[in-house]
Amino acid sequence: MTEKTRLATVWLGGCSGCHMSFLDMDEFLFDLADRVDVVYSPLADIKEFPDGVDLTLVEGAVANDDNLELARLLRARSTTVVSFGDCAVTGNVTAMRNPLGDPQAILRRVYVDKVDRDGAIPDDRPVVPALLPRVLPLHQVIDVDVYLPGCPPPAARIRDAVVGILDGTLPRERGEGIRFG
Amino acid sequence: MPEVRRSIAITIDDTEIDAYEGESILQAARRFGIKIPSMCYLEGLSVWGACRICVVEVAGQHQPRPACATLVVEDMEVRTNTARLQSHRRTILELLFAEGNHVCAVCVSNGNCELQDRAVEAGMDHVRFDYRNPLRPVDATHPKYVFDPNRCIVCTRCVRVCDEIEGAHVWDVASRGHQAHLVTELGQPWGRSSSCTWCGKCVASCPTGALFYQGSAVGESVHAPDLVARLVAARRDHEWFPPVESPTSPNEQNGDDR
Amino acid sequence: MATPIDLHEVAERELEDQARYPWRIKACGSTACQSAGAGASISTLESEVVAVGLSDSVRVMSTGCMGLCSRGPLVRVLRRGGEETMYQSVDRDVAVDIVGAVAGRGEVADANRIDRHIPFFTRQHRVVLANAGIIDPDRLASAVAHGAYSALEKAITTMTPDQVVEAIKASGLRGRGGAGYPVGAKWSLLAGASSDQKYVIANGDEGDPGAYMDRTVMEDDPHRVIEGLAIAAYATGATRGYIYVRAEYPKAVERLDRAIRAARRSRLLGRKVLGSDFDFEVQVRIGAGAFVCGEETALIASIEGRRGNPRLRPPYPTESGLFGMPSMINNVETLANIPAIVSKGANWFSSIGTDRSTGTKVFALAGDLTNTGLIEVPMGISLREIVEDMGGGVPDGKVFKAAQTGGPSGGCIPTQFMDTSVDYESLRELGSIMGSGGLIVMDEDTSMPEVARFFMEFCMDESCGKCVPCRAGTVQLHGLLDRICSGEGRPGDLGLLEELCTVVRETSLCGLGQSAPNPVVSTLHYFRDEYESLLQEAAHA
Repeated sequence: MTEKTRLATVWLGGCSGCHMSFLDMDEFLFDLADRVDVVYSPLADIKEFPDGVDLTLVEGAVANDDNLELARLLRARSTTVVSFGDCAVTGNVTAMRNPLGDPQAILRRVYVDKVDRDGAIPDDRPVVPALLPRVLPLHQVIDVDVYLPGCPPPAARIRDAVVGILDGTLPRERGEGIRFG
Repeated sequence: MPEVRRSIAITIDDTEIDAYEGESILQAARRFGIKIPSMCYLEGLSVWGACRICVVEVAGQHQPRPACATLVVEDMEVRTNTARLQSHRRTILELLFAEGNHVCAVCVSNGNCELQDRAVEAGMDHVRFDYRNPLRPVDATHPKYVFDPNRCIVCTRCVRVCDEIEGAHVWDVASRGHQAHLVTELGQPWGRSSSCTWCGKCVASCPTGALFYQGSAVGESVHAPDLVARLVAARRDHEWFPPVESPTSPNEQNGDDR
Repeated sequence: MATPIDLHEVAERELEDQARYPWRIKACGSTACQSAGAGASISTLESEVVAVGLSDSVRVMSTGCMGLCSRGPLVRVLRRGGEETMYQSVDRDVAVDIVGAVAGRGEVADANRIDRHIPFFTRQHRVVLANAGIIDPDRLASAVAHGAYSALEKAITTMTPDQVVEAIKASGLRGRGGAGYPVGAKWSLLAGASSDQKYVIANGDEGDPGAYMDRTVMEDDPHRVIEGLAIAAYATGATRGYIYVRAEYPKAVERLDRAIRAARRSRLLGRKVLGSDFDFEVQVRIGAGAFVCGEETALIASIEGRRGNPRLRPPYPTESGLFGMPSMINNVETLANIPAIVSKGANWFSSIGTDRSTGTKVFALAGDLTNTGLIEVPMGISLREIVEDMGGGVPDGKVFKAAQTGGPSGGCIPTQFMDTSVDYESLRELGSIMGSGGLIVMDEDTSMPEVARFFMEFCMDESCGKCVPCRAGTVQLHGLLDRICSGEGRPGDLGLLEELCTVVRETSLCGLGQSAPNPVVSTLHYFRDEYESLLQEAAHA
C-alpha cells in the first residue's frame, strides 16, 4: 500500500453546503478514509493549513481579506487545488453583492440603516476580516487545477471527481458533472 | 397544399442530406436530426443571427458562418463540431455568463435553461473572464410576469415573438453595445404597459430565467419555446394539432431544442 | 419650370466677375480653422478692406480647407496675374496686417507666412480636394466656374449608362471607405438589378477618431459629392439618392442642403436633369451619432428610421437594400472621385497611383507630427514621404515609433516598414488597412498597449450590441487591456487576449466586430515586448 494522499478541505465565502454534500457521500467516506488523510478541514480541529498537501477542495468565493490570505497559502502548499462548488467557481450567491458596489455602503445599510437602534458596522480587526471590494471566484485569485461546479455539487459528482483525481483518470468530458446550479 | 421545394444536396459532418432550396443550414440539419446548438434562433420567428452559438464551418470559407442565417447551396460541405467551433462556442458562452448576473443556484429556470444547457454541452466548467456584475433592476410591476434583466442575454426572442406573432410589439432593445438592454413600452414599467396583451408568448420563448411567471421559485419556471413553431404551423395550416399545452413539462422541453 | 442651367455661361460670368478684382483674399472657413478663430479673422479682413477703401479692388471670400490645419486660421492672398501668398495663424492683428500689405502699407511678419513650396503642398495631388480651399462652397456659380457638373453634363449628354459604368471599371477606382471594393463592379451589380425603384446612397458617416476627410469634402465642395451621386444614379438606373451624414457634422449638412436646393433650382437635380430624361432626387439624412451606422446594412436601417443594427449579408444591398429595393452605398470620397474620372477619362485616373490601387487618397494626418492636417496624395507614395517629408517628421527631437492607419479597424505600421507603398494590398500585408484615411503618427513615448486600449474602448462603446462576440467580447478585450496597461495583468492574460481576439474576429456579425481586434493583433505582432514587460512588472509587483 502506497502512502495515503494528504487531503485538505477549505471553507471560504460559502454556506458550507458543499461540505454538507461532501458528508453526503455517506459510506463512501469509509473507503475514502482508506486512501486519504484529512490534514486540514472545517470538519477537523486543525488551526494551521499544513505544508505538503496533495489535494485541496476549496468551497466558497473569495470575499474578504481572510479568504484571500488563506487562498494564497493553500495554493502555495497544495499540489492539486479543486474549485469546489459554484461559489468557488463562479462567485455565485456570495457574489450577488457585487452589482451593488461599495461594500461599506452595503454594510452601512445592513448594520446601521436597517437596525432599530445602536447600529454599528462590525470592524473588530482581525477578528472580523475586511470585505474585498468585489467577491471573486477562486481562479481569479489563485491557479485552480480542477473545477467542480454545483450548488452544491451532488455527492455522487464529488465522489467521481475525487476518485478521478486520486486515480489520475479525471475525464475531460464530464457532461452533466459540470452543470452550474 | 404544400408547394414542391427543390432539393439541394449538401453534406453536414460527412452525412449527405437533401436540403430544401431556401432553407438554412440549421433548418436542414434539424430536419435530419443533426444537432447544432443555438440560442437566439427560434423556429417560427424571423432569423436574428446574433448569438453566434450556431456558427459552423463551410468548406471554402475562411470565417465560420451562422447556421441559422446561412442558406444552403448545392454541394455545400458543412462541419458543425470541429475543435475550433467547440472552442469558439465555449468562449461565446463564457462571454454571456460574464456579461449578466447568471446565478443558476437561485434562478427560477435552474435546470430548465437553454443557456445552462449550452454551457454543459460546451464543456464550460468555469468562466475565464472577469464577471462584470452589472446593476440591473428587476421589473416585477406586471401582475402576471416578471422580467429579470440580470438573466437576459438580449437574444430578442421576446421582441420578435411579441412583434411578429402576437403583433403587440411591447418589447424592444434600448441603448447600444454593452448597454443594450430590453425595454417594455419604450422604457415604461411593464405593469404600466397598455399594449401588452398578457399572452405570455415572451415568457414561453425566453431561453433563460429572464422572463417568468410571478410567484415562481427556484427551478420552477419551464419555458415552452416550441409553442411558437406550433402556433405558426397552426395558423398556416389552419389545424390546431397537436394541441398546444402550456406550460410544457421539463421532459418535453429537453426534447428537440437541445 | 426653370430652364436648365447653362453651365458654360454661368462659369464664364463667374470668372469674369472674379477677374474684376485685382486682389482676392481667400480665408479658410472650414471647421478646423473656425475652431482656431477663423470667424473673427474673416470679419476683420472684410471690415479692414472697407476701412482702407479697397472694396472695389479686393474681394474677401470664405473657402474650404487648405490642408495645413495645425497652423490655422489659414489665408491665401491672390494677385491677378498669379502671385500668391499664404498666411498662417491669422488672428485679428494678422488680418489687419494682411490687408495693410495688400494696400501697400507695411508687411506681414515672416512667422505668419507659409512657404507654399514645402513638400506638404508640393507632394499633393488634388483630385477629390481639387476645389477645397478655392471655391466658395455656398455658391453654385463658384463651383461651376471650377468645373462642377460638367462631368454630369458629359455623362448625360454623351454617354450611355453602360459607358459610364465601364469607365468607372476601367479607372480601377476602389471604395475609399476602407475595404477597397472595386467601385465599377458594385455599380454594375446595381445596374444589372431589375427593379422600378433603385437607390444610391452616399455614406458620410465618417467616424474614425481623428478622421475628417469626408467632412471636408462635404463642407468644402458639396456639389462634387452631389454630382458624383447623380452620375452614379444615371449609370445604375437609380432615381433617388440619399446622403447620410452624421449629426456631428452640422456644417456639412447645412452646405449639402443648400447645395441640393441650388442644384435643383438650376435643374441639375429633380425631374429631367439638364433637360434630359434622367430624373434624380437627393435628400440628406442625418445620423444620430452611431459609428456602426457607417456599416452599410446598419446605415440602411437608419435611413429607414429603424435602429441602426447591421444585418447579415447576403442578401447584399444591391439585391435588397433600402426599403427592400436594390441599393448601392458609396463612400463620400469615392463619389467625389467620379466627376474627375468622367471628365478626364479612366486612363488619366488609372495613371495616378499603382496598378491595383489607382488614383489618390485623402489622409487626415494627426498625432506626433510637425505638420498635421489634410493631404491628398497619389496611391503608392511611401509612408516615409508622408511622415517625414510632408508631415515634417516627429517634432521635439523625438523618434518615430509607428503610424496607425484604418482607425479602430486598422493596425500599426512600425518604423522598419516606413518605405512601404501606401496602397490597399501593401497595408493589408502589414496587418493594417487603408481604412477611410485616418493616419496617426506616434513617437517613441507612446505605449502601444495603451493605443490598443484606446481603440478597443472606442469599439466597445460603438458596438451596436446585437451580436454577442462584439457586444460582450469587446468589453472583455477592453478589460484585459485595461488591467495589462494598469500593471495588474495576470500570467495567462496574453493567451486569453489572443484567443478572444480570434473569436471576436471570426464570429462577429459585421465589420465593426470582425475588425475590432485588429489594433490589438497588430500591436501584439510588432510590439509584443511592451505587453510582456507590463506583465512582468505586474508579476513582480
